Amino acid sequence: MKLLSICIAVLSCSAPLVAQDVAVRAELVHTVSGAPIRDGVVIVRNGKIAAVGAAASTAIPSGVRVLEAKVVTPGLVDAHSVVGLAGYLNQPQDQDQLDPSAPIQPELRAIDAYNARERLIAWLREHGVTTVHTGHAPAALISGQTMVVKTRGETVDEAVITPFAMIAATLGDDSRASGDKSPGTAGKQSAMLREALIGAREYQRKLANAGDDASKRPDRDLRKEALLALLERRVPLMITAQRHQDIASALRLAKEFDLRLVIDGAAEAYQMIEPIKASGFPVILHPPLARFAGELENASRATPKQLLDAGVLFAFQSGYEEYVPKTRVVLFEAAVAAAHGLGPQAALRAVTLDAARVLGLETRLGSLEVGKDGDLALYDGDPFEYTSHCIGTVIDGVVVSETVR
Amino acid sequence: MNRLLFAVACAGASISPAAAQSETVAFVGGRLLPMTGAPLDAGVLIVRDGKIVALGARSDISVPPGARVVDVSGKQLMPGLVDTHSHVGGGWGADSSAPIQPSVRMLDAVNCRDSGLQRAQAGGITTLNIMSGSGHLMSGQTIYVKNRDANTIEELCYRFADGEPMGGMKMANGTNSQRNPPFPETRGKSAALVREAFVAALEYRRKVQAAGDDASKLPARELGHEALLELVDGKRIVHHHTHRHDDIVTVLRLSKEFGFRVVLHHVSEAYKVADEIVAANAPCSLIVIDTPGGKLEASEFDARSAAELERRGAPQLVGFHTDDWITDSRVFLRSAALAVRAGVTRETALAGLTINAARMLDLGERVGSLEVGKDADLIVLSGDPLSVYTRVEQTWVEGVKVFDLSDPGDRKWADGGWGAGMPRMLATCCLGDEEDPK
Repeated sequence: MKLLSICIAVLSCSAPLVAQDVAVRAELVHTVSGAPIRDGVVIVRNGKIAAVGAAASTAIPSGVRVLEAKVVTPGLVDAHSVVGLAGYLNQPQDQDQLDPSAPIQPELRAIDAYNARERLIAWLREHGVTTVHTGHAPAALISGQTMVVKTRGETVDEAVITPFAMIAATLGDDSRASGDKSPGTAGKQSAMLREALIGAREYQRKLANAGDDASKRPDRDLRKEALLALLERRVPLMITAQRHQDIASALRLAKEFDLRLVIDGAAEAYQMIEPIKASGFPVILHPPLARFAGELENASRATPKQLLDAGVLFAFQSGYEEYVPKTRVVLFEAAVAAAHGLGPQAALRAVTLDAARVLGLETRLGSLEVGKDGDLALYDGDPFEYTSHCIGTVIDGVVVSETVR
Repeated sequence: MNRLLFAVACAGASISPAAAQSETVAFVGGRLLPMTGAPLDAGVLIVRDGKIVALGARSDISVPPGARVVDVSGKQLMPGLVDTHSHVGGGWGADSSAPIQPSVRMLDAVNCRDSGLQRAQAGGITTLNIMSGSGHLMSGQTIYVKNRDANTIEELCYRFADGEPMGGMKMANGTNSQRNPPFPETRGKSAALVREAFVAALEYRRKVQAAGDDASKLPARELGHEALLELVDGKRIVHHHTHRHDDIVTVLRLSKEFGFRVVLHHVSEAYKVADEIVAANAPCSLIVIDTPGGKLEASEFDARSAAELERRGAPQLVGFHTDDWITDSRVFLRSAALAVRAGVTRETALAGLTINAARMLDLGERVGSLEVGKDADLIVLSGDPLSVYTRVEQTWVEGVKVFDLSDPGDRKWADGGWGAGMPRMLATCCLGDEEDPK
């Protein structure tokens, strides 16, 4: 037995990604899926949550490492970011979130551009963020693909959990080309997206007509193959649209091509509550601390509460920043929303379980339930308070941070 | 319009702010955070003619008969916040023609109807140092603004003793001001250009003094030299953008050589040279950002700088700013709170938003604390100033309420919403019938 435990210790040292068994005891356990538990315990075995309950009735197996915290929550889920592609130095060599050579490039894969050792990823991890939906920037009509990663690992392969999550499109000022380049107007933006999708539909038809006859197949086209994933509803199109008219254009496009849509940004969503609700599509709302200027001049910190009241599924994001700060922290964004009418319970849900739902990962992430991934965030007080600290982060049962941040 | 009605409307509009100032207002029942003294629970604060005339415990202070009573039970009162570094107002200072342009004034550039000023009111900011940018070694004269509701920039200006609009001088080193010629491309050249400018101004002074009373011998008037001499003479404070440890030390070196007074701004790496900063007694107006990086010189930002200065016995050197639009004026309290998260005490953090900041603008005798005789600039908070859940409920400037969260029009400036980005409407005599149009 002694020999066995030594072996386990050696193994876990040499392979830090191997899940250990770990338990967290906290004064307050936010399960998110159910009521908070006072003086509770979460036990993670083999990377998965094995037990959640009151400390009095939940025995911690001997030999399991026990962490203590005032508050434990599910690991936070950042529903939209560019970290790993856009580096913190903000120099040309660490900016891979946007290739400006063409306005529509859905073939650009996020997995080919992700720097798992980027400092901003560690920064998010140290604040309790365990999952990030990241990829190409909301700065071109279609900038590329996105993926979902855990904020761990030294390579993209160790980090990624959904290699191809969405295709990132943008309407409005941020994808408008300058000079005599296209797209120069909102009308042109929609026309170009429609043409691209119609081209992909033609490609789809030719592939279907060819059937098993290789000689009749159209030449492979990576761009159209990527767009096929939209038409076949394998991935959603995430359209960043801040102005109400651009949100309307996004809904119109989704309807025409029967796409799964994720509405991103949505600064004027409060003007579009009814059509958004009727569409059934989720919203990844702009950071409440984003600069209320340009297309966000009419943004409102009351929007999260309005979306909640309307029953629209929404999540928070750290977003895309071109300058200082190079990324926001979704914990801070949810906190500000909590203080502007949303309330802490709903705000926590929006950065955990509801964010997981937007990403299609709700069976695996976002709440403290038996069988889900062992992703936990530990705090020394109310996680949303400015003066609280994240004191630990666990991903798949591995303690990946004990930095006090 | 009926001529008589016109006259009456004019009189009404023009006297209402004055009337509000001469009114006696009593804030009763709140927790007072004076900054220069211990907090007082269930205190009373009396304002008359725009000044604080009394404050203390409920048992010690009687409310004057006829005073307008503002019940702030359960609330916290603190001085209006002082933002030592803001870019609200949409103004640009120096242009791209040269790296050193000391004659440019923000006075001539700021739009006093910019909604940013209203958002600053919503964030509890009653005094601002509005500056030009950091893309120049010296981008112009800043203006110290009292955040009243006003129609012209002149009405917003603090004044020097000589009556001139008050302000400092914006300088920068590091990467932002390094560009293609005629801008410097290196740090060494940056410092050399600044030294040459000061030397030229001192030569100019020598010639002026040598001319004595003989006007024919006077050199041609040079606005830039005159402005630089105001730095050497200590009339204007240099507000110096500087991030990296070596850039910070360079600022201290130049300040010593030419004798200009300096407040270090942003100071991302202050924690690395805290001993040198304390030895030079150089106040630090700190930026607090969510994440390190975004540019090379901020890549090693750490919010613990405030704590490091305090630990060396120099809490008075700690101040904060919004750098709005880098951070949002509406959440300025958050900067201090995040510094507490990084280790500084609550007392120093709050002083960094108020009295310490006021002293960085030579306004410490007038604002920054709740003391008898000081301007009645104060904010009413729903709770602990360092809690995320706390809202700025009211902002008062010189005894006049300029922001009230319970007013739907004002709330738009705090939360945002349709039209919140539009320039604000201000009191225009005779055209509106509202006392305080928004």
